[in-house]
Amino acid sequence: MKDQKKQAELIKEISGVNPLKCMKCGKCSATCPSYNEMDIKPHQFVSYVVNEDIESLVNSKSLWKCLSCFACVERCPRDVKPGKLIDAARQLVVRQKGQTYLSPDEIPELLDPELPQQLLVSAFRRYRR
Amino acid sequence: MSIESKEEFRPKIVAFCCNWCSYAGADLAGSSRLAYPADVKIIRVPCSCRVNPMFILRAFEKGADGVILCGCHPGDCHYSTGNYYARRRMTLLFSMLDYIGVENGRTRVEWVSAAEGVKFSTTMNEFVEKIHSLGKNVRLGDLRCRK
Amino acid sequence: MQRVGVFVCHCGSNIAATVDVKKVAEMALMEPGVVHAEDYQYMCSEAGQAKIAEAIKEKQLTGIVVCSCSPRMHETTFRKAAERAGLNPYMVEIANIREHCSWIHKDMEEATKKAVILMRAAVAKVNLNTPLQPGESRVTKRALIIGGGIAGIQTALDIADAGYEVDIVEKTPSIGGRMSQLDKTFPTLDCSACILTPKMVEAAAHEKIKIYTYSEVEKVSGFVGDFTVDIRKKARSVDMDKCTGCGVCQEKCPSKKAPSEFNRGLNTRSAIYTPFAQAIPNVPVIDRENCIKFKTGKCGVCAKVCQAGAIDYEQKDEIITEKYGAIVVATGFDVIKLDNYDEYAYSQSKDVITSLELERIMNAAGPTKGHLERLSDGKAPKEMVFIQCVGSRCADDRGKSYCSKICCMYTAKHAMLIRDKYPDVNVTVFYIDVRTPGKNFDEFYRRAVEQYGVHYIKGQVGKVIPQPNGKLLVQGSDLLDNRQILKEADMVVLAAAIEPNPDVRKIATMLTASIDTNNFLTEAHAKLRPVESPTAGIFLSGVCQGPKDIPETVAQAGAAAVKAIGLLAKDKLMTNPCTAKPDELLCNGCSTCANVCPYGAITYEEKEVNDHGIRETRRLAMVNSALCQGCGACTVACPSGAMDLQGFSNRQIIAEVDAICR
Repeated sequence: MKDQKKQAELIKEISGVNPLKCMKCGKCSATCPSYNEMDIKPHQFVSYVVNEDIESLVNSKSLWKCLSCFACVERCPRDVKPGKLIDAARQLVVRQKGQTYLSPDEIPELLDPELPQQLLVSAFRRYRR
Repeated sequence: MSIESKEEFRPKIVAFCCNWCSYAGADLAGSSRLAYPADVKIIRVPCSCRVNPMFILRAFEKGADGVILCGCHPGDCHYSTGNYYARRRMTLLFSMLDYIGVENGRTRVEWVSAAEGVKFSTTMNEFVEKIHSLGKNVRLGDLRCRK
Repeated sequence: MQRVGVFVCHCGSNIAATVDVKKVAEMALMEPGVVHAEDYQYMCSEAGQAKIAEAIKEKQLTGIVVCSCSPRMHETTFRKAAERAGLNPYMVEIANIREHCSWIHKDMEEATKKAVILMRAAVAKVNLNTPLQPGESRVTKRALIIGGGIAGIQTALDIADAGYEVDIVEKTPSIGGRMSQLDKTFPTLDCSACILTPKMVEAAAHEKIKIYTYSEVEKVSGFVGDFTVDIRKKARSVDMDKCTGCGVCQEKCPSKKAPSEFNRGLNTRSAIYTPFAQAIPNVPVIDRENCIKFKTGKCGVCAKVCQAGAIDYEQKDEIITEKYGAIVVATGFDVIKLDNYDEYAYSQSKDVITSLELERIMNAAGPTKGHLERLSDGKAPKEMVFIQCVGSRCADDRGKSYCSKICCMYTAKHAMLIRDKYPDVNVTVFYIDVRTPGKNFDEFYRRAVEQYGVHYIKGQVGKVIPQPNGKLLVQGSDLLDNRQILKEADMVVLAAAIEPNPDVRKIATMLTASIDTNNFLTEAHAKLRPVESPTAGIFLSGVCQGPKDIPETVAQAGAAAVKAIGLLAKDKLMTNPCTAKPDELLCNGCSTCANVCPYGAITYEEKEVNDHGIRETRRLAMVNSALCQGCGACTVACPSGAMDLQGFSNRQIIAEVDAICR
């Protein structure tokens, strides 16, 4: 249980998202191109993080179905960024599998604010093998 | 005065707030329970243009570590133009303080409207933090002012 | 030396829970001049005030410090209490130990320390206070209403009925405002024009009301009770006295391509026009930008056809200067621009419209004569989708952070009216929350669902994609069924957020009335003074203060009227005695102070002075205390330090600074 709390905190830290800002309008889900492929829907990511149910989130199919197109980030009226939450959850899984190439402390330095985050994510995906 | 004790540094901060916007903003911060450090003490003035640069120098002379002046947003002054005068006077004063080696961060002008309780509180928190990072003001303190 | 009494209020537990009030009172006795100190549960209560009065008499107090809530709250209360006990009210100072201390600090020791310092500052100040006498100023018994919508009309009628002169200044050619654009009103579905027009007529016919349409407030000076306002009457190019309102000019005008503002640009109007049939006054204006006569010099058709000879191409803008005792702002709202919401395809498809545009379409006098039809091809829609909260409740800077309040209800109204008139049209509403607080409001919304079969789906729409076949593909999600929805619609209606009329910022600046980050005018107290601006003599009516529906607007308009009447009923006002005062012996007549004074309150006079035995005539600054508002700009500008502000003197403020830094 404690672990879940820690992981939820970690997801929030990595993504820089405050899920409490969500007003449950569902525009993220309405806008998502891979909605039908997902078992946990974009608007649900947010409440999963709020409820600290990270176990379900990291085991979900959605994690790998998200295209990181960030339509949800772009359209969200509350600036919640569900796409970034999924990115963060993905990073969490990658690291847990013992293939950490970067520690989270190193990331801010490496991160170019001009660079879209999905490039980082795909780099992770590509080079983890 | 005795040799400096190892006590935690508690800055003395004087905030001049205009009666119409910033003082009301401070009241709103209070009624919304938006905390800021107790080091900030507010003096009510009718308008930011009432604040004579002399008052600010006096505060430093008497051992204040930071002085902040809050007024209505430009264009929203209750007396039409008061905050413009204040802005010019303070720009001039601050540049002179800078010239004699008093850090710019010890003084600040901020526009806070009556509806901006949150801004008042965050401004004060930031300012106190800044003063903490600058430490005690010794350059302008006048030892003759201490008893 | 003053004899100061210090009174520390517990404010129940509001102060006493975090500040050791006994300690503050105890410490007060150690301050110079303090001869009396006590604490009490509620200083503002009758018993508390009696304690103050008693102490003033018993201990012959000459000054009082009350450590309590903000002076903005109870300064007047305590000043009056002191006055009743025979003390000059300006010998009272407040140490704000609630808003500025107990409410924001948790640690008792720290809060008590701060409270003591705030008390010391107030004692230091009151030691230097001098008794002040307020002057008097007269009240001009005439009110100005800025904005001629339902808020302005109602306020004007209420003030005029009380017997005072009222002028309405309206920017557009007719009064009526937003309400005149509406078709029906919720929750009773009255026809908007049917209930508004009689009020417009009543205002126009009222002997105490003067209406300036096609006019704008240009300049405001003065202060409560005595404002001087310049009103620009824009050139109408039509003589209001001669025009009979026959309408022939509009019919014959060859330039008919100007977008109709009244119909939200959905159709066009002639260059000489009245915005709508029931316009008051029923006198057209010539829109000079679109008039052929003004553009090319050739035309003049309207002048030729006008039997009354009312057309006057030479007319100029006119400036009217008038005095007012009170000003009511009723500038209303507009719908936000949807440029930032391109996902809803508003700019791409004519069939994506705002709710206000739908009002015009549904209206019999509107661009489609009241027939519900697609603007692109004139076909009757079969599927209609309503999208709620477009631009409302947004945390980013694309939209507005607030709830626009009226959208849930007008959408239910639209859905209901469409289902009633066109039962074969399917209506779907995508909502985030349905908010219907108000008398008979929720019942109204439930009727739309239960009786009229409107589909409500919880979930915001993600995007609207115009299709090659002319339909609109609406992509949304149903959060309760947990499925994504792709729906083909014929028309999409956006409940766009409302925002204060963009002109209000300019007006607020002229009035020095404060305004919030959303451009809504700030009220003097959020709960207790909701229709007054913090600037004396300025009152707020309608949506300029915050989103409101019609019943609320009318209620607030009445409240603003009562406040204005309360002011106008007075013959004289007490002026603030905290005015600037020059020291004759220090003034060298340099004119610096007069140059910074925003009120022109400083003049110069040759006067004989006795400067330590030297008698000579000098040029001296004189302050007109009726004009001086006490801002203090001159006190700082004065190079010789001759100017000082009573009640906030240099010595007093320095004493406060010293007490805080001690």
